Amino acid sequence: MSRTVFEPAIPSRPVYGVLEPRAGSGHLLVADGEGAAALLDLLGSAAGMRQSCHIIYTPGANGVDMTAGLQALQVAQFWRAPSFAAALPRLRQVLATAHMGLQICAAGTEGLMGQVQREVVDAGLPHTALQMEHRGSLARRVQCVHCKGITENVRTDPCLCSHCRLHLYVRDHYSRRIAAFQGVNIDAEDPGRVPAAVERFA
Amino acid sequence: MSVGAPKIPVRVAEVVQVNDLIKRFRFERRGGGGLPVFSGGAHVVVEMDIQGVRRMNPYSLMSDPSDTSGYEISVRRDDAGRGGSLFLHRAVRVGDEMVISHPVNLFALDLRAKKHLMIAGGIGITPFVAQIAQVANLGGRFELHYAARNAALCAYGAELQARHGRAVHLYLDDLGQAMDLPRLFATQPLGTHLYVCGPKPMINWVLGAAKAAGWPAGAVHHEEFLAPPPGQVFAVTLATSGKTVQVGTHQSLLEAIEAAGVEAPYLCRGGACGECETRVLACDGTLLHNDHWLSAAQKADGAVIMPCVSRFVGQSLVLDR
Repeated sequence: MSRTVFEPAIPSRPVYGVLEPRAGSGHLLVADGEGAAALLDLLGSAAGMRQSCHIIYTPGANGVDMTAGLQALQVAQFWRAPSFAAALPRLRQVLATAHMGLQICAAGTEGLMGQVQREVVDAGLPHTALQMEHRGSLARRVQCVHCKGITENVRTDPCLCSHCRLHLYVRDHYSRRIAAFQGVNIDAEDPGRVPAAVERFA
Repeated sequence: MSVGAPKIPVRVAEVVQVNDLIKRFRFERRGGGGLPVFSGGAHVVVEMDIQGVRRMNPYSLMSDPSDTSGYEISVRRDDAGRGGSLFLHRAVRVGDEMVISHPVNLFALDLRAKKHLMIAGGIGITPFVAQIAQVANLGGRFELHYAARNAALCAYGAELQARHGRAVHLYLDDLGQAMDLPRLFATQPLGTHLYVCGPKPMINWVLGAAKAAGWPAGAVHHEEFLAPPPGQVFAVTLATSGKTVQVGTHQSLLEAIEAAGVEAPYLCRGGACGECETRVLACDGTLLHNDHWLSAAQKADGAVIMPCVSRFVGQSLVLDR
């Protein structure tokens, strides 16, 4: 399977690895879209993990839905949610009642992984406790630094803030606290002079 | 370049024999005025002049971090040590003037944790006394598991239990009481951070059990100060200063550099903080790395050395100092 190669960037930009089986009292795996393939790879190499696995899965924003493949794994618990927002109450409930020893993995888009990482950190774990593997779209979750609104699935740079309609230059500057890249108004000093949008995050 | 931590002139305000092995010392600022607030887990380096030889040992602060009227340390007498603890036990009296460093914390609580699980062995209790005062002031959740040889040597155990009740668990070796680490680690709520301080074998046991239980490395914290181990006499050339100095059997490389009048950076003097890291310019022999700052790869590579605890055997050593 493909291992995403990212352009060199500033240290703020998150980096991702490849999921590996780790010993623990249980395994919580969260994925969206093509991220399911990373879970299939992980559980293919560590079939013994299946009986202590809880998978939370949501189809990708691009329509990729690998539910059937994950269901065929017959893990202890499988939960499909229509969106990450719909999965969030369950994720929070699992984290709130879990014990140390739980191994947590996220796979799929950066937006999904970043939001899982934010929940993991809010649960008191260090951000490094979450294993992450990127699969699928490079679309970004962007915070407008002006109105603070979040725009999901941003594919172009510059992009349009879906809240205040400013044209935003999409930075590699990333916030783990809000799980988003920072978008800064690109025509602030010269209103109206907006470069053509380029699809940088396909 | 700042060399070491800033110093504070203090007077010994109180000396208390806590048990057969431990004495507690209280320091107050000479000339009055408060001391800096610190955070639980911080230590100070205490300077001692032992018959003309300067010893500087790190000790964890154990008083309430919010109490700026004085600092307290507890010192376990080490009859086989290099003499710092014996000096404090035998020679230091109320009213004596001493010099300590500003507090430095290499063992701070991670206040993002949902709960703090503290494991202490013997004199390793001292940083936890300060941390517990801090957590209690903040209304945080903690649990202390503290092992000692017997009740008489379980310093502060009874006081902590009286104040914090069921959050404090004592284990006495002579009663055959031992911690059940797998059970303890498996029952902690997600978001618990682990802290361990005590003798090296205990730290290794706890770190190994935490790893086996699937605890992430970032949620596990430990502190262990090393005393500089004795060794063969060797010579070291300090290239920047143009000096060659002898390092004695019971002297550390850092102490020898300082004795030659060369200023060198340091903070903990116990192989933990990384501040004294020094480049090795030439080495015909073997570096004896004793710190737990450098990675195994860095130790094998030999490009840097931690002079506070590490030594050398061989023909010649040249340092960038």
